[in-house]
Amino acid sequence: MSKHFVIDGREIPFEEGETVMDAALAAGVYIPHLCHNPEFHPHGSCRLCIVTVNGRHAAACITPAADDAVVENNSDALMAQRRTLLQMLFVEGNHGCPACEKSGACQLQAVAYYCGMLAPELTHLYPRREVDASHSDVAIDFNRCILCELCVRASRDVDGKDVFAISGRGIGAHLVVNSESGKLGDSQFDAGDKAAHVCPVGAILPKHRGYDVPIGERLYDLNPISRVGDVAAQEES
Amino acid sequence: MTQVSVEDVTADLLRQWKHDPYNLLQILIGVQQAFHHISAAAVDLIADKLSLTRANIEGVIGFYSFLHAQPRGLYDLLMSDNIVDQMSGSRELAGMLAQRLGVEPGTTRADAVVSLGYTSCTGMGDQGPAALVNNRTLTSLTPQRIEQIAGLIEERMPLGEWPQEFFAVNGNIQRRDLLLESDLQQGAAIDAVVSRGAEQLLGELEASGLRGRGGAGFRTALKWRFCHDASANERVVVCNADEGEPGTFKDRVLLQAYADRLFEGMTLCAGVIGASRGFLYLRAEYLYLLEDLQQELQRRRDANLLGDSILGEAGFDFDIEIHLGAGAYICGEESALIESLEGKRGIPRIRPPFPVTEGYRGRPTVVNNVETLIAAAMIAANGPEWFRSRGTDDSAGTKLLSISGDCSRPGVYEYPYGVSLETILHDCGAEDVQAVQVAGPAGQCVPSSEFDRSIAFEDLSTGGSMMIFSQQRDLLNVVENFSDFFVHESCGFCTPCRVGTTLLQKRLHKVVSGHATSEDLAMMRTIGSVVRESSHCGLGMTAANPILGGMEKFSELFEARLKSTSFEPAFDLDAALEEARQISGRDDVGAHIEGGGV
Repeated sequence: MSKHFVIDGREIPFEEGETVMDAALAAGVYIPHLCHNPEFHPHGSCRLCIVTVNGRHAAACITPAADDAVVENNSDALMAQRRTLLQMLFVEGNHGCPACEKSGACQLQAVAYYCGMLAPELTHLYPRREVDASHSDVAIDFNRCILCELCVRASRDVDGKDVFAISGRGIGAHLVVNSESGKLGDSQFDAGDKAAHVCPVGAILPKHRGYDVPIGERLYDLNPISRVGDVAAQEES
Repeated sequence: MTQVSVEDVTADLLRQWKHDPYNLLQILIGVQQAFHHISAAAVDLIADKLSLTRANIEGVIGFYSFLHAQPRGLYDLLMSDNIVDQMSGSRELAGMLAQRLGVEPGTTRADAVVSLGYTSCTGMGDQGPAALVNNRTLTSLTPQRIEQIAGLIEERMPLGEWPQEFFAVNGNIQRRDLLLESDLQQGAAIDAVVSRGAEQLLGELEASGLRGRGGAGFRTALKWRFCHDASANERVVVCNADEGEPGTFKDRVLLQAYADRLFEGMTLCAGVIGASRGFLYLRAEYLYLLEDLQQELQRRRDANLLGDSILGEAGFDFDIEIHLGAGAYICGEESALIESLEGKRGIPRIRPPFPVTEGYRGRPTVVNNVETLIAAAMIAANGPEWFRSRGTDDSAGTKLLSISGDCSRPGVYEYPYGVSLETILHDCGAEDVQAVQVAGPAGQCVPSSEFDRSIAFEDLSTGGSMMIFSQQRDLLNVVENFSDFFVHESCGFCTPCRVGTTLLQKRLHKVVSGHATSEDLAMMRTIGSVVRESSHCGLGMTAANPILGGMEKFSELFEARLKSTSFEPAFDLDAALEEARQISGRDDVGAHIEGGGV
């Protein structure tokens, strides 16, 4: 007997051990997410995939699917919560979409469009953050980092290099680079690393090919994220 | 002071901690204690020997409040900043110290002799204002003592030669009930499991109705049974002595006066679940207890109550080591505590799997509060009916409460569950009470109209913190203090808690300073409910409680501070121009908004 749960009235089959997110994505049901990437162990930090499972709030990416569970994903209340979470990410860093090379292919921007976030309403924190352009092929703009730790996971689990780590605590938590100077250029990082191709936002950017694809013709300029999915997956294919 | 090299100290620490990367935090604490910071050279040495990356170690140092990459003063003074300390004058005393020593709070003096700062509640609410100097506890501070301390620091007097009464910590047990007035024969609980067996003991524990005393109230017998039933070669018992909830200190008293019972309880648990390894995770603020606890462990080893073949029972091998925390409230959350035991940043784990199946280094692990383990030991010795003789149906036994704030007899009180707030307030000599904070900042603020409510899992559930506020107190200061606390203690892992706590703090400040409108209150509700409903762990789920609960129960206090306009900017436009003024070198009238801004 195959197992099923229900998302917003639609029946979703799943295999034992799958999460709500795994099963939903496999069935073509989009649940907004940023820190989740099916190639990596789930993380559960961005909380955008918050759903209710039998009435209780849970992050879909780390919640095991359960038989006959009733999952709510697209309700007004959950979409409103996601907009607030997105607002938090926007005011926490310094995100200027019009001036960002990633615009149009940025998951943060695309999820914000999908969830109906129109303008930031929360108080901007305007943190002082650096841009690290020390590496010959890749730049890091820490202003746009959303602490999804995909680069941390990719460098550790796929590249076997542990180039990245998180330091600090609370609102002071931040990405650090493993090198004596703390600069990317002095680390073992390489443009061919998996970690160079997983950033969902414009924090880790390849150099020398800015605006290769014109604004207006980029992934999410043409289709909503709910249809085309993660930018990292598109880059791979 | 003899000169010691980073190389020698680090090598000794690495040896002491068996060159095990899982002991990284303990090694870093040792380096911090020896050199008042952890230098890049020390990081490189440790990284090399433990095969860890530099960034990884920097990440651990950056996580814990008491570890520093930059040098701290020879005397590192941290004033406990809980609201109860503040109410007894801690901020004024810090101001005195700052002036007397010439060092701003939050900084280290240029000559590197002294650092001054604030820290989360040090667990001395009944004998504050309190502080830590190089992690040693200072209690009952007065202006006179501050004066003396400033003098001692200027003389570079070693801590060992400071007046010992400065470091005195009193038990202040004000009321004893079932646990504290009964005796426990050493070894009686261990003997119970050896002679009656694990199944029988689990049955007795279940019949007793014992639930976790840390606040969550999970059934202890069930936790132990899950761990017992998990398949593994090694199991682990952990005592959570990271008593970080502001306003609580009853575990400190238990650790100080009843450590033998605690270790008895841990050994009992080991016997029941089949554990061979035990840890006591002791918060750094209780460092002063470490030596006595180590000695108690040695006494028990000598008496064959720890070690191999305990009480002559072949195969009953169990020992306990003590790990220190380093200033992180989140490590009281059991999965964050396990991460910290493993030498990592204290980030709460994804659950499932729960610690009872995959805990310390993936082994099935029971994590219990100090009071829970002591209660378990005494139930094993005295039987479930003895325990059931107090409390209610859902909340068997008694609860230790740490009572502080506006009352004449602060201290530790043991009450049967079901006791009303009224009774407690009467007993501790609290008059003219406006509100009681039950279960710390993560709990709730109960107004006087609800003082008929009782302490019980089915009503007011608490780990033990109880802070009393008289009619003279401004509760908004309390809410602000608690909101600041959560900003400081959020681990930063998940978006809502990391960002939401700071956004709430800023909005609240706008309210308290009289610049808010009703829109700000609505926004605090929105942010607060997202923090509560979407956070990763219990800290985040409760971090908005002071504000959400405050607006619900004491709405008039918030509304009284509002401006009548419907919109006020969140920032001061003139202050925002300060940087531009500095760059342009101007500070004339025209360079300010009030002056026309031209």
